[in-house]
Amino acid sequence: MDMGRVESILKRYDYQHSSLIAMLQDIQAEMKYLPEDALEHMAEKLEIPLTRVFRVATFYGAFSLTPKGRHQIQVCLGTACHVRGAGRIVDTLERQLKIKPGETTRNLRFSLDTVNCLGACAAGPIVVVNGEYSGEMSPLKMEKLLKQYQKTKKES
Amino acid sequence: MIRFTIDGQEVQAEKGQTILPVALDAGFEIPHLCYNESVKPYGACRLCLVEVRKAGRTRMTTSCTYPVTEGIEVSTQTEGVLRARRLIIELVLAMCPGDDAIREMASELGVEDVRFEKEDKDCILCGLCARVCDEIVGANAIHFARKGSHREMIPPFEKEATTCIACGACVTVCPVDVIGMREDGEERTITRWKRTLKMKQCKVCGNYFAPWFQLEKFRQTANLPKGSFDVCPSCR
Amino acid sequence: MKRISSPEGLETERKRILSARDPNKPCITVCTGTGCHAAGCYPVAEAFREVLKKNGIAGRIDLRNTGCHGFCEKGPLVVVHPQKILYQRVKPEDAEEVVSKTIQKGKTIERLLYEHPASGERIAREDEVPFYKRQRRTIFGDNGNIDPASIEDYLAIGGYKALATALLSMKPVDIIEQVKESGLRGRGGGGFPAGQKWESCRNAAGDKRYVICNADEGDPGAYMDRSLLEGNPHSVLEGMIIGAYAIGASEGYVYVRNEYPLAVKNLRIALDQATEWGFLGGDILGSGFDFSVKINRGGGAFVCGESTAMMASIEGYSGEPRPKHIHTVESGLYDKPTNLNNVETWANVPHIINQGTEWYRRIGTDGSKGTKIFSLVGKVNNTGLVEVPMGITLREIIYDIGGGIIGGKRFKAVQTGGPSGGCVPESLLDLPVDFDRLTEVGSMMGSGGMIVMDENTCMVDVAKYFMNFLKEESCGKCTSCREGTKRMYEVLNRITEGLGQDGDIELLEDLAFVTAEASLCALGGTAPNPVLSTIRYFRDEYEAHIRDKRCPAGVCKALITYRIAPDRCTICGRCQKACPSQAIEGKVKSKKPFKILPEKCIRCGMCYEACKFDAIEVV
Repeated sequence: MDMGRVESILKRYDYQHSSLIAMLQDIQAEMKYLPEDALEHMAEKLEIPLTRVFRVATFYGAFSLTPKGRHQIQVCLGTACHVRGAGRIVDTLERQLKIKPGETTRNLRFSLDTVNCLGACAAGPIVVVNGEYSGEMSPLKMEKLLKQYQKTKKES
Repeated sequence: MIRFTIDGQEVQAEKGQTILPVALDAGFEIPHLCYNESVKPYGACRLCLVEVRKAGRTRMTTSCTYPVTEGIEVSTQTEGVLRARRLIIELVLAMCPGDDAIREMASELGVEDVRFEKEDKDCILCGLCARVCDEIVGANAIHFARKGSHREMIPPFEKEATTCIACGACVTVCPVDVIGMREDGEERTITRWKRTLKMKQCKVCGNYFAPWFQLEKFRQTANLPKGSFDVCPSCR
Repeated sequence: MKRISSPEGLETERKRILSARDPNKPCITVCTGTGCHAAGCYPVAEAFREVLKKNGIAGRIDLRNTGCHGFCEKGPLVVVHPQKILYQRVKPEDAEEVVSKTIQKGKTIERLLYEHPASGERIAREDEVPFYKRQRRTIFGDNGNIDPASIEDYLAIGGYKALATALLSMKPVDIIEQVKESGLRGRGGGGFPAGQKWESCRNAAGDKRYVICNADEGDPGAYMDRSLLEGNPHSVLEGMIIGAYAIGASEGYVYVRNEYPLAVKNLRIALDQATEWGFLGGDILGSGFDFSVKINRGGGAFVCGESTAMMASIEGYSGEPRPKHIHTVESGLYDKPTNLNNVETWANVPHIINQGTEWYRRIGTDGSKGTKIFSLVGKVNNTGLVEVPMGITLREIIYDIGGGIIGGKRFKAVQTGGPSGGCVPESLLDLPVDFDRLTEVGSMMGSGGMIVMDENTCMVDVAKYFMNFLKEESCGKCTSCREGTKRMYEVLNRITEGLGQDGDIELLEDLAFVTAEASLCALGGTAPNPVLSTIRYFRDEYEAHIRDKRCPAGVCKALITYRIAPDRCTICGRCQKACPSQAIEGKVKSKKPFKILPEKCIRCGMCYEACKFDAIEVV
């Protein structure tokens, strides 16, 4: 990652240590993950131990130290969605993509994550693909939806 | 002077102290893993639990973090405390069944078996290594990462700990001795942190006495001239 | 420059805004809460905009995007004013008809009206729909009347009047007395008396004080705070500013969960507008009081909803809770006296100031005054957000407002309080909902999540679900919590896999004891509740799993079998096509019914879903 972009993010928050999480969020939003050299640069410029940056980067669920896939699939595992069978949707995706939640396919095409609750419980089970919500999902419907993304050859 | 009781016995302490060191000094046996008088109390292992009665209310709390207060009644052997202690050591033993120190402590508390699937970890996540490295040595080489059942003590990115000065403080303070240090001729390695540093030779006796990296850090921090550490402590 | 510098100036401005508005002018409000968003409300709003523009009547009919109306099950929701006609499941193609038929001709469109499930009666007025009729929408009701991005809308409904009263007609100690007298208890889960907390914070030694709004809302299934922040952010801000003045705080933080981008967006707009108009910043309304608010986004960690962990997070650290003998009202954020309250708690404050404690105390029970917003979700017909007076029974909420169980199935339990709470069974449906009553039966109010479960919900699976959640979200510091939740999950998992042993329930109780008693914070302290409450009320289910290796609800994969009923099978082959593990044998259009091979079946349920003839059963 170009350190100039990291620098501009640090500057945005006045190099304040307390804004560490916000800085990491901005880097993650731009890069889709937190590159190692970006974190090292942050520790150096903020004059805080790298262990502190690393600890925060690995503690919070919003951050990923490995690149996310082109298509990011999130399955809501809130209690309401769980009770409506969200677990089976995760099983379906694990079977089809051969990865577990938190992982990305080797060809970097798909990432699978579970989320704690998206707050759209009335339409559960909910699956979000690239920010688009799909409600009342089921294993069969998930297979169909996945096929749509597997078919597209162009960039999403 | 603050006066309070432990198991009915009157004790005295200075303001700012916590219960555990006062109790240990007074001869009470309270098991503990993550407490060390050289660093701030952390309260991770939960073994040092006691019951504290204050202003009519009783609560179970870690004695290493609870500040001494006038008139409190501390109990170290209640049924609840003993039950909790045994369960905690069973949980630690299930995590690290191979650690001799833990097996010994468990045996002393009457726990021989675990009722859970044994893992094969060795680190008990007490944090002493990181706390010493941060608070006393100032190298900030390692710390906790992740959370929940994935919490571990590692150098950043699980690679070599690049700010480690191989002083060996963490090795000494680890209650289960799982960090490891070895010296092969002119190199010293802190095994767990994958840190190998070249040692400096004394200009007088020729012995390898400390890592170059470490000595350079000290020299820079203390603003000393070059050549300040050319001679080992024995020869100086 | 809109800046208002006195209470008189505020009322003048309010009059000006109201005089420019005609309450009888037709207005279409489109709910744009997240639930309706998922149901497709933006194309509906667009369609209305197009229709009004096309017919050149955009000046004569108002169109307003509002916050969440609460009846999420029936979204997209549209309310036509001034008649207050509620239309549900509105599609973009309905826009034309709504404008021409309802607004211009004054006729209702039957198919878009709410239909009573028992009588079939169509109900037109929003406030007569049973879902709304039994509610008391003091805090949440305004969501449907305002555009959250418009401070003028907020002023039009009386906004910031309480602030003016508090700052210029009351002393800080009087405000605290009023909040104490009202009986307001924290709405985030702890239920601590708010006024008392404010008083302790005000009296703590120190030169600088902070107030925090806890919008971390981590309980899965709870989304009240989100909807309040998205739909009426000024109401929360007004409460915070009043509180800050009473406590003597100069800076405030709103800590919003990472997963709520719309709430952050609307809050930011509200902050900017409030500052522009003089409700935040220096010398607010000419009172001499300075106060500013910052937004802090969470990083994705449930434990950060705990007050000391939240403060660590705001300071830029990982969310590890700190020792509790140090009270945060005395030493909290940056070691300064800090008062932390939940979103809904803050939103109650302006109402208490405006309408007084006598009015407030008339609502609710002896120990729990006021209303509470709940997210009523799960296997219930009318899922959504409901606001009811404390003391209403669970039965009324689930049946009268919630419309009973989906598909006419049997009610089994309602889970309240999220991962810190417990399951309440059918026998306790007449329990009045209030802080203390829920705690007495082994659950808790929590932040307000209410998950309804039916006969096909396995209670052991529910306990396992919560333990899985907690073991991942525990910060990991305390051995008792980190290992306790992990091992409780391990035992529960074994039980659901058919590997339960005699003594497992006692083992769970041992783990429950150490996790609750020995851990530092409330995450560990309440972690065992889902396990203990399900053992308390559904022990027979645990025993069926352990002794008989059976899952009565038909959920635990290892303990169920899928079977094709030969008499119902139409030999269509849909199940075989859907099966991912080639576990179904049979030939389409042959004489033999299809058959599932149990040794190859992975119990994924795809065949069950695919069958259109109800021919597959779970045994």
